[in-house]
Amino acid sequence: MTETAIRIENLTRDFGQVRAVDNLSLEVPSGTIFGFLGPNGSGKTTTINLLLGLLEPTSGEAEVLGYNTRTQADKVRAQTGALLEYPGLYEQLSAEDNLEFYGRVWRIPALERQARIEELLTHIGVWERRTERIAKWSRGEKQKLAMARALLHHPPLVFLDEPTAGLDVMAATALREDLAALATREGVTVFLTTHNMAEAERLCGEVAVIRQGKLVAVGHPDELRARAGGPQVEVMGGGFNDDVLSQLRARPEVATADIQNGHLAINLHEEIDVAPLVSLIVNAGVRVEEVRKGKASLEEVFLTLMEEER
Amino acid sequence: MIRDILTVMWKERKGLFRQGGSRSRALLTLLVPVIMLAIFLPWQIGADWVETYWSILASVLIPLLLVGTVIPESFAGERERYTLSTLLASRLPDRAILFGKIAMAVGYGWGITLIVLIISLVTVNIAHWDGQLMLFTPTIALVNIVFSLILASIMACLGVLISLRASTVQGATQFLMAATLFPLILLQVAGFLVLQVWREWFDNFMNTLATVNWTQVILIIGAVLVLVCAGLIWAVMARFKRARLILS
Repeated sequence: MTETAIRIENLTRDFGQVRAVDNLSLEVPSGTIFGFLGPNGSGKTTTINLLLGLLEPTSGEAEVLGYNTRTQADKVRAQTGALLEYPGLYEQLSAEDNLEFYGRVWRIPALERQARIEELLTHIGVWERRTERIAKWSRGEKQKLAMARALLHHPPLVFLDEPTAGLDVMAATALREDLAALATREGVTVFLTTHNMAEAERLCGEVAVIRQGKLVAVGHPDELRARAGGPQVEVMGGGFNDDVLSQLRARPEVATADIQNGHLAINLHEEIDVAPLVSLIVNAGVRVEEVRKGKASLEEVFLTLMEEER
Repeated sequence: MIRDILTVMWKERKGLFRQGGSRSRALLTLLVPVIMLAIFLPWQIGADWVETYWSILASVLIPLLLVGTVIPESFAGERERYTLSTLLASRLPDRAILFGKIAMAVGYGWGITLIVLIISLVTVNIAHWDGQLMLFTPTIALVNIVFSLILASIMACLGVLISLRASTVQGATQFLMAATLFPLILLQVAGFLVLQVWREWFDNFMNTLATVNWTQVILIIGAVLVLVCAGLIWAVMARFKRARLILS
């Protein structure tokens, strides 16, 4: 396998007057869970369709596992797995038959296919129900089965398009845990689109953010957090006054200090020991009840990036 | 390619009697035309069923009805149930998906037609037994075998073209049935009108028909149907393309 699983260069796709993907350039390293974040309609699904060679780009190029998506799309599809917008399962068939069909599609030899189906169905906890028609299964169970199908043929790269969309909290959490466990165990590269920031934060080693088809940011979640601002300190209590704000703002390590919703909110330039700051606040006569130190969440980063783009 | 076609056929066969849920309902739907054309009509018509071209009725109607219900489920159904995009994202070539689905539908329609013809032979022999086994003449047998196959293929291709444009299985089935049965109904109405209004012209026409070599007529019709079938296969191959399907 190449070091880079996906290489995208100036990829653009128009639908009539609408530009769904706009001059997108990106590299996805092998062996990571790569989060592709963006609001609804930002071009995430179109990008997956382009990478799978299901759509031709208007301009630009993309390589998946070293294959050109325009000229070698069949090779790309042969080497990848996909869980698209919908589970894409045959509800009139059993779980076993659904996997059996795709096992045959990927030409896995019969004995190996049977063993692999048993392994995956056991892993997602439905082996005992393998002969049931899946029509009456819950959405979460179907989604897990669809994920197992995407991994059936040991693909080095899997595309997952909003796999937890529409699932309740319990089902989404279970699916995320399964995804993380499967990805680690199978050692696959995962290209995961989502608009759920908590999901991306929990799973992804690297993320890219797109808006209206354009790449807004790319990097490790910590790098993106750094872009959106340094660590934050929140002080709960009473007696906040202008004097303490002035003293705080005069400190070189403090970027901003404001009173928000009755709390004192301090943004720092970098990670530091906050004890001297707390001491300053107490000495200034503030009644301190609680001090919280934290980083900007990926959601806050995302909102900042969306705001910047506007 | 052949292996991929067989894989698609395997999946289609698994789902064949479970479309829309109930296997028993599907079998019940199948039972009506089978009873009508394998038992009732041969019983009524008797020896003429095997000695004249009456049996073509089965070779025309059964492929139309069966393939006409299976194909929309197979094509429009994949899109309606959101399974098509996953199938297209797999390594299967477009033509393997297309021909696997068509082959299963045609095989089903054609196979049932041949079974109906065999049952109809049994019916005629039981109901009208005169001490000698009654069989189709070789020409009639050949015409039935070839016509039912060609008609099943034509119906399958028409079904694919209509299903690719329809948004639902129901819409595709209704349009396909209307498109194929409407000409037959029109023909029947026209025949009735001719009988009522132009009786004399009809009598002359029938006298002319009496002199016609039916085998030649059927061969000509068969040749035309083969050409139509080839044209339709070319059209579905041109239409069934991943890039078009993913956008539809």
